[in-house]
Amino acid sequence: MPNMVVCCKQVIDPEAPPASFKIDPATNKVVPPPGVPPVISPFDEQAVEAALRIKDKHGGKITVISLGNNLLRDVVKKPLSMGADELILLEDPAFDEGDSWSTAYALAMAIKKIGDYDLIFCGRQAADWDAGQVGCGIAEILGIPCVTIAKSVEYLNGKAKVERVIPDGYQVIEVELPAVITVSNELGEARYATLKGIMAAAKKQPIVWKPADIGVNPSEVGAAGRRTKLVKLFQPVKEGKCEFIEADSPAEAGAKLALRLREAKLI
Amino acid sequence: MADYKGVLVFGETVDGKLSSITAELLGCGRRLADELKESLSCILVGDKVADVATSAIAAGADKVYVAEDPLLKEYQTDAYLMVMEKAVKEIMPRILLLGQTSIGRDLAPRLAFRLGTGLSMDCIELSIDPSTKQLLQTRPVYGGNARAIFTTESFPQMATVRQKAMTPLEPDPSRKGEVVTLKVEIDPAKIKAKVLQTVKEEVVGIKLEDAQTVVAGGRGIGGPEGFKQLEELAKLLKGAVGASRPPCDNKWVPDTIQIGLTGKIVTPELYIAVGISGASQHIAGCSGAKNIVAINKDPEANIFKEARFGVVGDWKQVLPAFTEKVKELLAS
Repeated sequence: MPNMVVCCKQVIDPEAPPASFKIDPATNKVVPPPGVPPVISPFDEQAVEAALRIKDKHGGKITVISLGNNLLRDVVKKPLSMGADELILLEDPAFDEGDSWSTAYALAMAIKKIGDYDLIFCGRQAADWDAGQVGCGIAEILGIPCVTIAKSVEYLNGKAKVERVIPDGYQVIEVELPAVITVSNELGEARYATLKGIMAAAKKQPIVWKPADIGVNPSEVGAAGRRTKLVKLFQPVKEGKCEFIEADSPAEAGAKLALRLREAKLI
Repeated sequence: MADYKGVLVFGETVDGKLSSITAELLGCGRRLADELKESLSCILVGDKVADVATSAIAAGADKVYVAEDPLLKEYQTDAYLMVMEKAVKEIMPRILLLGQTSIGRDLAPRLAFRLGTGLSMDCIELSIDPSTKQLLQTRPVYGGNARAIFTTESFPQMATVRQKAMTPLEPDPSRKGEVVTLKVEIDPAKIKAKVLQTVKEEVVGIKLEDAQTVVAGGRGIGGPEGFKQLEELAKLLKGAVGASRPPCDNKWVPDTIQIGLTGKIVTPELYIAVGISGASQHIAGCSGAKNIVAINKDPEANIFKEARFGVVGDWKQVLPAFTEKVKELLAS
């Protein structure tokens, strides 16, 4: 019966239309699009799914950790609605605005406090900063192996068999536990929350930990603990202009398009 | 406080030759090293890779470090990490570059944390700040909606670089350089994961990354059947078929043809996007295309902001006529 931990991040919805994306130049921050609630980063949801598939087969416990500030309970409780057992929030201004380094450190220390773990799942990269480092970072700090970009995870006693995505296929990797596994979309769709799950989740209260609870100094986490510095955040200026091929019917437009591309020496 | 100097590139080889990403990294590294007035070296890790050293020198390296051992024949995280940690502590580069490849994505973060240094992944631009001499690391964020520039105070300053983002130098076989053999010490007890099997999918026809023409389908294709039309068109144009993420997630097409931020990066002359809305994560994979042509029934689709030519309409009606006309034109 494996003990599993899944790290889930609350992010601005990556499915929000690109046109709604705006940066506030004064603060170097993204303005949350109005009317679009934040979500759990999609790869992290798939990390929860990977854990649930193992729980379906072998039982065990899934503890979800979310780090941030002003986390929306509706959002961070979603993994509980999907079937995870417990939710721990590292919620404090000190945890905010970290980079991969300070975030991985905080999460690793929280996992150390949880104590008993066989498998730690993370999404391969977060849908906001796309850094793709925290999973490996947690593994390094805890001194355990990490397998990245998993599309399938099988739990064996003391080991896991992981299919890792490579450019033209996959590798089958056997790793000693405890280990960190980062999950990719090739794993398949994350399950929907069930009504039963939502009701059970509503009754559960997340455990909230502050830096002192996990034995870290505020200077080592969040913005203060960064090892990289954000100099500028900007939207690239789009210069292109699209030439629309017009015609009386879609079929005519298709033919005209071909002619236009021939004219442009593209075919 | 010991001095970190020079640019070090982690080189990758494929079938006994320098990978194209390595040539790109060396092209970029050469420019950075020249600006810093420091040297550029390349490290080759593997089994029997010494022969590739001359190619690395021809591609711009002043010095090539070779770390060979049978245990390094295939990439394995723990083994490569041990070798790179020791090498970096010996070489002390100011800047360490790796490719944003299957190996780089796995090795770079772990190595950065092992070395206690900062890392930026998937950089599309690198430059030296003239006043601070720091490496300015530009990378896409928010699924490609934005760009961020980072610096790090710690050494080595680490970055992985997106494939095809940098230009290799013209290979110069007359370039002179030094080859240094590194002593490799791998503790087998530290190897905690092993590759049991590698399963590669057969690529029929042109590889997506190499194709000069790509015909890609999105959610709008609606199912696997529709992709047959795209295959027909791709064949006509001697190109390859790709897809955005939804067709892959829906299992209409294999994952291996996913084009995007976490999929393949393609830079063809011609990219025909059919039924693709143009979410930024997908654009990240095809923005390097010289000419994007889009067919989508939504006039507001984001893809039209990236495209040079567009048709607003149902691809089921547009594409067959387009393909017919292409057939005609190619035959004439």
